[in-house]
Amino acid sequence: MAEVSLRKVVKRYDEVEAVRGIDLDIADHEFVVLVGPSGCGKSTTLRMIAGLEDISDGDITIGGDIVNDVPPKDRDIAMVFQNYALYPHMTVAENMSFGLRLKHYPKAEIKSRVAEAARMLDITDLIDRKPKQLSGGQRQRVAMGRAIVRNPKVFLFDEPLSNLDAKLRVQMRIEIKKVHQKVRTTTVYVTHDQVEAMTLADRVVVMNHGRIEQIGTPNELYHKPATRFVASFIGSPAMNFVPCRLEDVGGRLHLRLTDRLAFPMPPVRAARYQAVPRTDKLLLGIRPEHIIEARQHLAPGVEPFDTVLDVTEPMGMETLVYFTLEGSQVCGRVNPNAGAQDGAPLRLAVDLNNMHLLNEVTGVVL
Amino acid sequence: MSTLTIDKAGPRRKVKYGSMSRDRAWALRWSYFFLTVFAIFSLTPPLYMLITSLKSSAEISAATNPWWVYHPTLENYIQLLTSNQFLRFFWNSAWVSIIVVTITMLISVPAAFALARMKFWGSATLATGVFLTYLIPDSLLFIPLFKTFALIGDWTGIQLINRWYVLLFIYPTLTVPFCTWIMIGYFASIPKELDEAAIIDGASWFQTLTRIFIPVALPGLIAATIFAFTVSWAQFLYPMVFTTSTDQLVLPVGIITTLIKGDVFNWGQIMTGALLGAAPPLIIYAFLMDYYIAGLTAGATKG
Repeated sequence: MAEVSLRKVVKRYDEVEAVRGIDLDIADHEFVVLVGPSGCGKSTTLRMIAGLEDISDGDITIGGDIVNDVPPKDRDIAMVFQNYALYPHMTVAENMSFGLRLKHYPKAEIKSRVAEAARMLDITDLIDRKPKQLSGGQRQRVAMGRAIVRNPKVFLFDEPLSNLDAKLRVQMRIEIKKVHQKVRTTTVYVTHDQVEAMTLADRVVVMNHGRIEQIGTPNELYHKPATRFVASFIGSPAMNFVPCRLEDVGGRLHLRLTDRLAFPMPPVRAARYQAVPRTDKLLLGIRPEHIIEARQHLAPGVEPFDTVLDVTEPMGMETLVYFTLEGSQVCGRVNPNAGAQDGAPLRLAVDLNNMHLLNEVTGVVL
Repeated sequence: MSTLTIDKAGPRRKVKYGSMSRDRAWALRWSYFFLTVFAIFSLTPPLYMLITSLKSSAEISAATNPWWVYHPTLENYIQLLTSNQFLRFFWNSAWVSIIVVTITMLISVPAAFALARMKFWGSATLATGVFLTYLIPDSLLFIPLFKTFALIGDWTGIQLINRWYVLLFIYPTLTVPFCTWIMIGYFASIPKELDEAAIIDGASWFQTLTRIFIPVALPGLIAATIFAFTVSWAQFLYPMVFTTSTDQLVLPVGIITTLIKGDVFNWGQIMTGALLGAAPPLIIYAFLMDYYIAGLTAGATKG
């Protein structure tokens, strides 16, 4: 087991820079998820850690040693691929033991390691089957087993759940988390699914256009996003963004959304945004769960307003309501008994204690 | 006023049940028809060969029904199988084919692996080049090749012309490009992640080839082997040109040079020799047919 460090790592393909100078420190035992849209460089970064891609610039260290020119087999890593990449002509046991057999481990040790990994993954009954006789979930378990038996310094996962159906994905997600709790191997996990990232990671690395947008725990990213990209990428349904500006009314800071709609800023927030120029074009960032039905007694900082709903989506435990504000579609989450109906007026309330204010031009969260 | 009754069901139309299966039945009939025509067309010559091989020379030249054997005899078979000369041709052919197949596989499998997987400068051009060499007809090559071997003989004193083993240098020029091409297609259809997984598991390029690629691509490998064997077994032009002494001849050339004496055709033995010569590839095909078809198509569609 070991820590992994990336120092100003760059990957260039001819003219295109896929990864543009990444700095990342992954602690021993840590589970780090790289997440971002396709083409953001997350898979390339993982493949550079694995040694499957050359590094154009910068350094990668595993356990303190620079591994830039170390071939994959000497990096002591194990990788799980999206399409499992099981050897089709070998049984489950042979697949799992292939790496150990190449390194000439004693037969007895190979056998006990395979048996232990199989027990951990609950695939003991499948040990003599060929991959084509297995379901997708079982294949993924075998692929993980192949990684576990090697007892490597680092686990690398490249979108391992993308080929599974939704239900199995949730199940395997929990499985991966359990395995990590048992073996505690440093893990780098790549996915485009923010839910996977949030649920699995100790820390999430959000990437975009070959750069790191933000690194943080799932809660930090959710509640304190650094940029508009992170704010919109993390969370489902996504955060709402409404054009707004600040103005002073009677010595108090107000948030003006439309000509007719302005809210007084809660005192804590007012202090934070006092220095923002009043002329700046701004965006109000507010998550759907902070737009709720208006109640009789509203907490301080929760401001009511009237709107006409476009569409409602009853989810059972809650109802998602969509309405338009200054040309932007806004989503709120109300109680299923709040009487929300398509096309009907509804009095809602916005919780400004949990608002974010963004610079519309730079996308930076203020 | 008369009451108008409207038939709510509307005009009844006769529903044609089973039109799909009728279409299929016709398709089946047509395919059987053409298969029969094709089978008759391609099986008539071997049948005629078999009939003729069972006749004595006297019966062949007699003006009886050529499609019937009146006095069946194994005389031709006995004569050929007890003649040292014929057995010599047979063994020459067998040796040449087996060695050529071995050489071909030893060259084309690693070559295909390199061209399909190791991305090096010019690898794509080289792969196309390999295929282009296959397109050059052998009738164009035999004179320059003859000249080359003659020159080698003059310079080094190593006599290759009129030796059966000269064919071991020539046949691979035909089999290696095609087999390499088949194997490139087959290797290319193996997912990239499979060799990446092997590399991370600690396999070298050579181990990846021998322990992953060859077992996974076995049907393609068998297809290529059969092809190489068939080409070397049935080759006629090159052995005709390069070998002349009777102890150096391979089967196809041996049959026509020794069994046609001047203008006397020993038809019975010619037919028998041809039938016996066709047997080995036939037996190989019969056993490996399924692999052969799987190999050719899998490489073609997935690549």
